[in-house]
Amino acid sequence: MNNIVKPVACKILEVKKESLHEWTFKVETDIKPSHGQFLQLSIPKVGEAPISVSGYGDGWMDFTIRSVGKVTDVIFDKKPGDILFLRGAYGHGWPVEKFQGKHMVVITGGTGLAPVKSMLNMFYDNPDYVKSVTLISGFKNEEGIIFKNDLERWKEKFTTMYTLDRDQKEGWNTGFVTEFVSKVPFKDFGEDYEVVIVGPPPMMKFTGLEAVKCGVKEEKIWVSFERKMSCAVGKCGHCRIDEVYVCLDGPVFNYTQAKYLVD
Amino acid sequence: MGYKVSFEEANKIFAKLQDEYEIWAPKRFVGRGRYSDTDMIKYDKVNTVEEIEYKEKSDFPAKEVLTPITESLFYFTEDEFIESKATKKKLLIFMRPCDIHAQHHQEKIYLSNGDFTDMYYKRMNEKVKIVMMECTTGWDTCFCVSMGTNKSEDYSMAVRFGEGELTLDVKDADFAPYFEGQASADFKPDYVKENELHVEIPEIPNKDVLLKLKSHPMWNEYNKRCISCGACTIACSTCTCFTTTDIVYNENGSVGERKRTSASCQIKGFTDMAGGMSFRNTAGERMRYKVLHKFHDYKARFKDYHMCVGCGRCIDRCPEYISIAATVDKMAKAIDEIVAEEK
Repeated sequence: MNNIVKPVACKILEVKKESLHEWTFKVETDIKPSHGQFLQLSIPKVGEAPISVSGYGDGWMDFTIRSVGKVTDVIFDKKPGDILFLRGAYGHGWPVEKFQGKHMVVITGGTGLAPVKSMLNMFYDNPDYVKSVTLISGFKNEEGIIFKNDLERWKEKFTTMYTLDRDQKEGWNTGFVTEFVSKVPFKDFGEDYEVVIVGPPPMMKFTGLEAVKCGVKEEKIWVSFERKMSCAVGKCGHCRIDEVYVCLDGPVFNYTQAKYLVD
Repeated sequence: MGYKVSFEEANKIFAKLQDEYEIWAPKRFVGRGRYSDTDMIKYDKVNTVEEIEYKEKSDFPAKEVLTPITESLFYFTEDEFIESKATKKKLLIFMRPCDIHAQHHQEKIYLSNGDFTDMYYKRMNEKVKIVMMECTTGWDTCFCVSMGTNKSEDYSMAVRFGEGELTLDVKDADFAPYFEGQASADFKPDYVKENELHVEIPEIPNKDVLLKLKSHPMWNEYNKRCISCGACTIACSTCTCFTTTDIVYNENGSVGERKRTSASCQIKGFTDMAGGMSFRNTAGERMRYKVLHKFHDYKARFKDYHMCVGCGRCIDRCPEYISIAATVDKMAKAIDEIVAEEK
């Protein structure tokens, strides 16, 4: 009988320090996720946690992990050649077909950049896929900046606004991402755009409200949720909000639905 | 076919059945109740009819036979996960109609939600045959009639417990051979037609009303009253939530188990994520989450019936005497208020 919660052993290929607390683990696997999906990552003796895919290619997948939990702390002791256990990919990711041929506005807060990174790189590598990309990325402070190389590279093809919450940094803005939403030329995009917002729950809430204030139609906004999960397959109940299971129906939701999802 | 058998004869049948089946039924554990000198009634394996506690409602539901409070999923070493094995025998479970209905809720979550099938539930569920215990009066906390769960046809056998004898309706051909030579009887199980407790489930007309109901002051009452012990969800016939945890057999070892343990949305920490983020941090919010799941959210997802069978065990078990029936009445009033304000 097929056991959906049985994880598979995968070798760690590379460990990359993105920032003080965020490291990227490249893992050998044939699993093919779609942009915005997540996997259950587990270490025997410690447990499982849902982690979003920050990049993937032929035979590999990247997970960018913050050292904040019981499971994730132990992952930080892992080295190339060590084993991680995976199962997935799970959930509904970004509706990339819907994004095709449109102006894309992507707004991220902190590690919220991880679940959109593979999609941003797809836009970067396939310049004809979308009309344009505007990226607003905010971080708490300089130590928290992740994917520095990608952020630099994206400047070449995307309109970028990078910001630190309170600190000063050369070439960077200071302030919350919400302050930069009004700088996006939504009017020039006509009806031909979609907005992606990912970050901590308060950041998504206020950025969503700000976008609506700037005249963005709610159905053009997409967000990605993060919740505690034990199973990721609609059984354990931890991620349920109303009639929705974040693991099954999300993690990506349209704003018209997400605004009613009060925990 | 209907049969009448003495307890003595029934015990002989039990003995024969046990070659193929584990027989599970509510059983009395003397002195194990939560107050001094009280008993606990819960599901356990039985060998004889006399062991079955049929005169009182069990404190805990039948779901525990299929999904025990704690269960091993895997045994692991450094680089291998090995599945736990299930019991080899089939399961013959004595249940009242409410518990039979609750199995359908369990099946919906474990076998079909999100088109994922949970192997651990499926392998148990496939072994189950149900003996319906006739239930004609219920108890003061029951409201099965309101929930439409007072009757069930979903059984292999139905049984009425009499003085020293059982009357049975044997529907499942698998069991007919066991009753060869027994006196036949004309028997169809009766059912509860009216409860003392009546609950009217209110309709929530739209998402905006639902949103306002979530922040309605009615839930604040439970901030002080509810002690977030989770007794209600453990006693619930339909609750399925669990948490997965890994344990190691010794401090430095790399050998251990991944376990599944019943979880409760009523207990603080149910939503805790790495990094400290959590949701529903008050008892009132957690109560609201549970009550809306039982009487709105589940039905909104699966479109059939509510996630409560009216067994009343949560009312029996609550140390703070919180009645789910009274809470639903309060919710109905709150909805009326919200709708009236909108007009």
